[in-house]
Amino acid sequence: MAMLEVQDLHVAFPRGKRDEVEALRGVNLQLEKGERLGVVGESGAGKSMLAFAILNLIAAPGRVSQGRVMFHGQDLLKLSDRKIRGIRGNRISMIFQDPMVTLNPVLTIGTQMIETLKAHRRISDRDARKLCIERLKQVAIPSAESRMDAYPHELSGGLRQRVVIAIALLTDPELIIADEPTTALDVTIQAEIMSLILKLCRENDVALILITHDLGVVAEVTERIMIMYAGLCVEEGPTKQIITAPRHPYTSGLLKALPQNAGRGQRLYQIPGSMPPITALPRGCAYHPRCEFADNGCRTRIPPLQGGVACFNPLKGASS
Amino acid sequence: MTQPIIETRGLEMRFALPTHFLSREKPVLHALNGVDVAIQPGETFCVVGESGCGKTTLGRAIMGLLTPSAGEILFRGQRIDTMDEKRRKPIRAEMQMVFQNPYASLNPRRNVFDTLAEPIRHLLPDTPAAEVREQVESVLAATGCDPSWQRRLPHEFSGGQRQRIAIARALVTNPAFVVADEPISALDVSIQAQILNLLTDLQADRGLTYLFITHDLSVVEHFGTRVAVMYLGRVMELAQVETIFAQPKHPYTRLLLEAIPKLDGGSFDKPRTPGELPDPVNPPPGCPFAPRCSLADARCHAERPELRGLENGTQVACHHSA
Amino acid sequence: MISFSAFVKRFFSDPVAIGAGVVLLVLVLMAVLAPLIAPQNPYDPLQLDIMDSEMPPSWKPGGDDRFLLGTDAQGRGVLSTIMYGTGISLLIGVGAVIVQAVLGITLGLIAGYKGGWIDSFLMRLADIQLSLSTLMMAIIALALFQAAFDANTYADYAIIMLIMVIGIAEWPKFARTVRSSVLGEKKKEYVDAARVIGLPARRIMWGHILPNTLTPVLVISTIQVAEAIMIEASLSFLGLGMPTDRPSLGSLIRSGFEFIFSGSWWITLYPALVLIALVLSLNLLGDWLRDVLNPKLRRGED
Repeated sequence: MAMLEVQDLHVAFPRGKRDEVEALRGVNLQLEKGERLGVVGESGAGKSMLAFAILNLIAAPGRVSQGRVMFHGQDLLKLSDRKIRGIRGNRISMIFQDPMVTLNPVLTIGTQMIETLKAHRRISDRDARKLCIERLKQVAIPSAESRMDAYPHELSGGLRQRVVIAIALLTDPELIIADEPTTALDVTIQAEIMSLILKLCRENDVALILITHDLGVVAEVTERIMIMYAGLCVEEGPTKQIITAPRHPYTSGLLKALPQNAGRGQRLYQIPGSMPPITALPRGCAYHPRCEFADNGCRTRIPPLQGGVACFNPLKGASS
Repeated sequence: MTQPIIETRGLEMRFALPTHFLSREKPVLHALNGVDVAIQPGETFCVVGESGCGKTTLGRAIMGLLTPSAGEILFRGQRIDTMDEKRRKPIRAEMQMVFQNPYASLNPRRNVFDTLAEPIRHLLPDTPAAEVREQVESVLAATGCDPSWQRRLPHEFSGGQRQRIAIARALVTNPAFVVADEPISALDVSIQAQILNLLTDLQADRGLTYLFITHDLSVVEHFGTRVAVMYLGRVMELAQVETIFAQPKHPYTRLLLEAIPKLDGGSFDKPRTPGELPDPVNPPPGCPFAPRCSLADARCHAERPELRGLENGTQVACHHSA
Repeated sequence: MISFSAFVKRFFSDPVAIGAGVVLLVLVLMAVLAPLIAPQNPYDPLQLDIMDSEMPPSWKPGGDDRFLLGTDAQGRGVLSTIMYGTGISLLIGVGAVIVQAVLGITLGLIAGYKGGWIDSFLMRLADIQLSLSTLMMAIIALALFQAAFDANTYADYAIIMLIMVIGIAEWPKFARTVRSSVLGEKKKEYVDAARVIGLPARRIMWGHILPNTLTPVLVISTIQVAEAIMIEASLSFLGLGMPTDRPSLGSLIRSGFEFIFSGSWWITLYPALVLIALVLSLNLLGDWLRDVLNPKLRRGED
């Protein structure tokens, strides 16, 4: 049994008095211990929604309308508030794009870390402090002891995100869900943070769900990729295989559209149009209006995810 | 050598930071410290660097949104930063700007036609109404916008569509020079390619000169002619795009290149020590990059390297490059 | 941003908004149409008869069918005086808010856009203005005015005086609201885009920024009308507002207050109820507008 198994997950938001629209339209996902998965999609594809739904954090008026999130055989969506708090922030940690979502601006770094730790462990203040300093050192924060007494605003963006990672690691989680953890940071800081996350996951055998729009980052960090489009997973598979031989036309289009994949001064490949909002999805495959291979079947039926790709006319992909 | 379309000489920009009114200290942020660039007609001059390096300040100073603390800005040899508004007006029609965030750069209460007609009406007031309409329609067509969009408000459009409208607004007075400040970084991946292609096509059709401000070196490699790498308000390296990717001379340029995530992987495998920008209020006396640089020696910490030419045509501000 | 049709739809799906809207509409219609529908013109001494004074409402013993809600001490029908009085209250309320808005929007726009010492100066001025209570300012100004002119002149200019006094005393509320919106708007790139083409500051302020700050202005305008009506009523109640021969709701309440212990409660009660209904419906509509127009309270997607 996989560590995490998401089955047919649907998230719905009310539209008007009776109607609902689905932001997630049935997503399946499996994650083994220590595995690193990248969830890639454009804004509105539902990738952040997936992270929130896994942690049962969908805010009203949205709701999980269908599906299960099995974590070690336990459905997280059915747990009581008290029980899920014992898992969230403890066995599953989160890193958000904005470190200030996690950090409280009026408390010192040390206070927040010790509080987090004591919420999940019976531990003395002294031991807690020692462990926190150790974690800060682990994420390469210079002069960790004195940073314990610093307030978040006294740190730069890169250091703040390191502190968030240190907090995420405090409770020795089995899974870290990182939602665009480096999007707000500069490229050199992004490289520092991502190599840090990669190293920590490898060393401690922690599983990672990395949510991002950046195929480059995913290619560097993850072992498996899931491509999302309009609330569905359209392609899934080993990172290398998807990057080198994508099978869904959307994945292939995204990769071809990257400047690094085009010759200098040549026009980039461009996918026409833009992703439809969840309130105005076309019939059939949501991608068909932008797809050059779309036929009548694509316009009427939603292709199921089969063999890692949800497409009636998939590209050849690898020679296998 | 032809006359540059835009030239800055010793451009400096200092911002006084807000303080308590009784405070003796008057901290000053040095956003630009003596920047000299000369942009040739028809090229795509890229400025790259991380946040706080002064790349956006440079673009905004050239467009006259900020008044330089020292130095000169010239447009086709005429000094524009001290020019009075009446004489500057015809030059404004020649210089336009595309902004980063298409959700903020269009006035939410103005329809597309009014947004596009305003630059013509203000800068070329003698244009008859029929011609204004004609120009708006032709520029909409050129940027891939539907003519039916004219009566609609910005909130009805997606990010990519809005950025097309913003580009149309920049081009409606037929400028020769356009500053594009991170024009694709707020857009989705599949839309970025559309906008980059549009900018390439428009450059070919209209002979535009771009000052392209970005943090993304892979875009520079695809799109740029020359590139200036900035760090803490100074140009660190200035070179042809081909040269800088083949032979990066400044250690900071190399750091930037290594930091790009690659589809083949491998960039993030070795851990990195945290590097932060030095405080721009109290910059270190020597090379601004010295605190992060592996090559830094005593000289680097004491003496600031000036930009100097190398054999391969690159200009670099580093004691160690050759 | 919300489209007009969505706005109308929201309105008709909210019972509180409908209720407040209907009450306000009835009161406004009643006030505007008073010269046509009021049973009596209380300003015309020829229509008054001192013999009709202090009659109870018509359903009470001693009541008269001509005066549905009874009469006051001068023999004016309470219903008719309420109809005319509501009009005067609304006129002063709306007029004062127009003065407030013109002053406040202009100064707030200049303070927010120009910044620097102009901003500091205007905002300190606003602080000073706010630290002097409106009622106190108005009392002093009106008392001086009453002392300086004879009663007839005062009666002629009372409406304008009240509008000016309440308008000038309350400008900082608009100025602060507009200024804080301007500070948010002027950082947006559409303002930079207007500056790139060299538009003068005046046109950027009025043509670009102002239309984007009108949402909060609309909300406070509604609430400020209610506030101005209350201030006017308080002043009139203190005898510093409208004279009794051209009464507003406040002066009606005052004129009846002397008789409340002699048993003629209707002279005070009915104008008071109308005043409460008017102010409450304006405040409810203001709150509703804020909820609908404030995008921060509406949830976005993903």
